[in-house]
Amino acid sequence: MPRRTDTYYEKLQRTRIWRSIFRSGAGYSTLHRALAIQQNIFLHLFSTKVRRRMLTFRATWYLGALTLGTFFILVVTGVLLMLYYHPSVPQAYADMKDLKFVVSSGMFLRNLHRWSAHTMVFLVFAHMFKVFYRGAYRPPRQFNWVIGVVLLLTTLLLSYTGYLLPWDQLAFWAITVGSNIASAVPVFGDKVSFLMLGGHQVNANALLRFYVLHCVILPLAAALLIAVHMWRIRKDGGLYVRQSQPGVESPRESHADEAGVVKV
Amino acid sequence: MTEPKDFAAGVGSDIRKSQKRVLFVTRRTSVQVKVSDEEQIQTFPEGLLRIALAIELLATALIFASLVFNAPIEGIADPTNTPNPAKAPWYFLGLQEMLHYFPPVVAGILIPALLVVALVVIPYFNVNIEADGLFLKNRRRRLNIFYIAALGLSIFLLFLEVYVALVPTLIVVAFMRIAASSSPASTQRYRRYLASKSVSWWIMTWFLFELIVLTVVGTFFRGPGWSWALPWNG
Repeated sequence: MPRRTDTYYEKLQRTRIWRSIFRSGAGYSTLHRALAIQQNIFLHLFSTKVRRRMLTFRATWYLGALTLGTFFILVVTGVLLMLYYHPSVPQAYADMKDLKFVVSSGMFLRNLHRWSAHTMVFLVFAHMFKVFYRGAYRPPRQFNWVIGVVLLLTTLLLSYTGYLLPWDQLAFWAITVGSNIASAVPVFGDKVSFLMLGGHQVNANALLRFYVLHCVILPLAAALLIAVHMWRIRKDGGLYVRQSQPGVESPRESHADEAGVVKV
Repeated sequence: MTEPKDFAAGVGSDIRKSQKRVLFVTRRTSVQVKVSDEEQIQTFPEGLLRIALAIELLATALIFASLVFNAPIEGIADPTNTPNPAKAPWYFLGLQEMLHYFPPVVAGILIPALLVVALVVIPYFNVNIEADGLFLKNRRRRLNIFYIAALGLSIFLLFLEVYVALVPTLIVVAFMRIAASSSPASTQRYRRYLASKSVSWWIMTWFLFELIVLTVVGTFFRGPGWSWALPWNG
């Protein structure tokens, strides 16, 4: 390869400061590209290499990646919305009006948050069905499927708790319908409903509880589970490839360690 | 030691994969290591680039939608003024539709709980891992079970007048009956396709079908008092 003129970027990569920040070092070799993944705390959730076929659109429809994308959008727009929102009655509703008429791009922020939330719920369902129809729940990926089901429930709860926050008629009665269902639980019903709402009906206490769940507890739980979910993809042998197709067994499965073969 | 050895020993010599590997293979399994030489690409930068591109396309679409369509906002919450109908978020409207027919304990607690348990246990049953065509083995017996289950469910839904759930059920049952009279040797392609489908595939497809129908009905075709309504009639 002919020696090319160093770009500013390449010079920057050789500085002591850059090298102190990025452990993988600078370079274009396969090793460096692998290290860029492996030596990064966030990216090391992924494997350093992927089967080319698994990155085609028809393999996964990118549904998992897109779900993650909506989650990113929701975190960013959600934090920005928190700057304008008070979880109290009736201020919460007044803040909705302020977002619409006073705050610059306030309505756009709220729109993006809401449409992304609906999209995320839809994508999570779509992702689940796609994984099922591909048969990707098979061992050794059973537990990742279970984590996925928990993430589905977390997503529904996130969306549901967020639904109350505008404190309009739509929000109030949707949550009332839901909490009435919770009180139908045998024996503990009323207690579950009371714990959820901080009272016997949807009121200011419920708004505060839903706010804390929506902005702190559930997003943290989701982020943690998403990290485990993606790390398990790598640990379980990468994205699933169908067994019926020839020559496509994942490396881990081909060692047949579940069939009595011991690897030393 | 009179007992025969239960394993055979060998040394692997595929230097590319690992320098040295000792395998202990019990008699019950064959000595076979399948090698896959499928083309792989680096996650950085190409894989991440594709993911970033996909996310950016979606973000662009969402930003456009947000510029055009405003999020709904109604009057301030008023506990004394109940709208008719009061609807849950769209993803719960399937459940709310069920709530119209069954008591809250069944529609709101029992059905969702069963659904979650059913989803969680899918990968822990061998029948779902092998995923053979439902009627390819023990055809006679499985056909009988299928008839009993389909008839029982249909009569149950008919008796309670849950026509919204009955229609998708009958359609899926019809397709399952076609699958039962098909085989991998059938001449038509769709018959070969149906014959290859496992029990979990049928149940999941039925669930997906019901989910879509109930959600669409609950969202668009229910008006005051949860009676039938058309979406364009306000």
